[in-house]
Amino acid sequence: MNGAEWKTGYLVFAVVWWIASWTLNEWLVRQKPANATANRLLGLAVPLVFGITLLVIWECIVRGFQIPAILLPAPTAIWAKLINSLPILAADFRQTFLKAVLTGFVLGSGLGFVVALLIDRSPFLQKGLLPIGNFVSALPIVGVAPIMVMWFGFDWPSKVAVVVIMTFFPMLVNTVQGLSAASHMERDLMRTYAASWWQTLTKLRLPAAAPFIFNALKINSTLALIGAIVAEFFGTPIVGMGFRISTEVGRANVDMVWAEIAVAALAGSAFYGVVALIERAVTFWHPSVRGGRA
Amino acid sequence: MEKPQLFRDRIFPVLVVVLAILLIWHVFVFVLNAPFERDQAARAGTTITFSELLPKTFNQERPVLPAPHQIVAELWDTTVNKPITSKRSLFYHAWITLSATLAGFGIGTVLGILLAIGIVHNRAIDRSLMPWVIASQTVPIIAIAPMVIVVLNSIGISGLLPKALISTYLSFFPVVVGMVKGLRSPEMMHLDLMRTYNASRAQVFWKLRWPASMPYLFTSLKVAIAISLVGAIVGELPTGAVAGLGARLLSGSYYGQTVQIWAALFMAAALAAVLVGIVGAAHTMVLKRMGVKP
Repeated sequence: MNGAEWKTGYLVFAVVWWIASWTLNEWLVRQKPANATANRLLGLAVPLVFGITLLVIWECIVRGFQIPAILLPAPTAIWAKLINSLPILAADFRQTFLKAVLTGFVLGSGLGFVVALLIDRSPFLQKGLLPIGNFVSALPIVGVAPIMVMWFGFDWPSKVAVVVIMTFFPMLVNTVQGLSAASHMERDLMRTYAASWWQTLTKLRLPAAAPFIFNALKINSTLALIGAIVAEFFGTPIVGMGFRISTEVGRANVDMVWAEIAVAALAGSAFYGVVALIERAVTFWHPSVRGGRA
Repeated sequence: MEKPQLFRDRIFPVLVVVLAILLIWHVFVFVLNAPFERDQAARAGTTITFSELLPKTFNQERPVLPAPHQIVAELWDTTVNKPITSKRSLFYHAWITLSATLAGFGIGTVLGILLAIGIVHNRAIDRSLMPWVIASQTVPIIAIAPMVIVVLNSIGISGLLPKALISTYLSFFPVVVGMVKGLRSPEMMHLDLMRTYNASRAQVFWKLRWPASMPYLFTSLKVAIAISLVGAIVGELPTGAVAGLGARLLSGSYYGQTVQIWAALFMAAALAAVLVGIVGAAHTMVLKRMGVKP
């Protein structure tokens, strides 16, 4: 076969694969397995088939149309690059994720939580801070990144600062909302028990607030990564995911950029997944968890 | 119960908190800017008294933290004193960012609604796509921004469209998730009623599902417009863009023009507030026309 036939071959293969996998999925979603395990496996299989199909079609299109690697590298090329540059990726991961994201996430969420508890006893401060917190949550806070880089230097502390500011407000707003989630009836019951503010807080209101707090933690897990990566566009030492992405784009190593994005995607999903798992364990009583869906 | 009063319960607390923030800001202006002035004085071989130090910290050329009046002066200077077409007018930059935001928001909303309709009406699309839509929210999508810009640039597409695409990507997901929830929000009872009327699928959609999804749509639109603004601003960072609020942030950070950064930041905040406000107003208007009592 000559080159042109190969190219059409790839495209035909892509179309055939697409039709086959779509038929498979149409068939799969119509199955009604008897036991729960099979049902869960089916729920995993359908999106998995779809994801693999996307990858296959991507690969075939890149090969079929001979798209230059500088525009869109094939998945296999990205995978090869990923395996080859593991040490660099690991260093970037350490710098951006372990140092900046995790520290900032813990500090920002913790600070938001503590401030929410502090203003809990003052309705006046709540009325004053909540509208401002809500307002700030809608602002493009990533814009403070250049200022933080100026204040705290190029290394990871400035990224931590950006992440802290980004994660603080969602946590504050959600915790304050969550603390008022317990109904009057339940609070009156605690009063009849002569429970102190502290006892009411730990035994009733914090558990009732848990779904809200975890909602904020989930939002923050995504925001933290975004904040750290964007802050790196404004200046870093020569390591970090955001730095790698912006420099490798400049050097036209698009496959390296995609490898970095794959790492970021994996880290982000895993981070979110861990928070969601902890949520299921802590708020096991909540209807959305009991129903078997998180 | 006591009737809440607009001023005492809503405006006054917010005003007090804003004033407190301004007060703390002024204190920090002094604390952060004083070392530079002391250093200057020490180099000149003179000692500086407190009364000399105080006004100087509020009028530095490149302060660590600019005083509020400096930012207001810069905002006034770059909006009112410059013609709108001038490259030094902040309105000009805001318009560049705003046009990308609105274009991305528009495309993202339409795409999101279409996808949501597909997901609600076809089980195969639902089961294959929905997990990926949710997973993609946990991924720091912004990391892709520089690559999209540079790659599109290299095939000759530049200017508005690449930035708008990033905004599209970001604003698309809240709309899909919100609309899927909204289109599924009619109760069994209502759907059954439509069945007894022998309503077609299209009729169920236009007369029941679509109106029922409106509150969900507008709630996600508020998130979507805020996040498309972030997308447009971040999209302006990696190319060393010439115009736009992101470009102002970047050039300010290169040349140490802190006042310029803060002015751009306040402009972005104002833009976000106006955009979210417009969507919110549209929300109340549509719901009112549909006969929803506040």
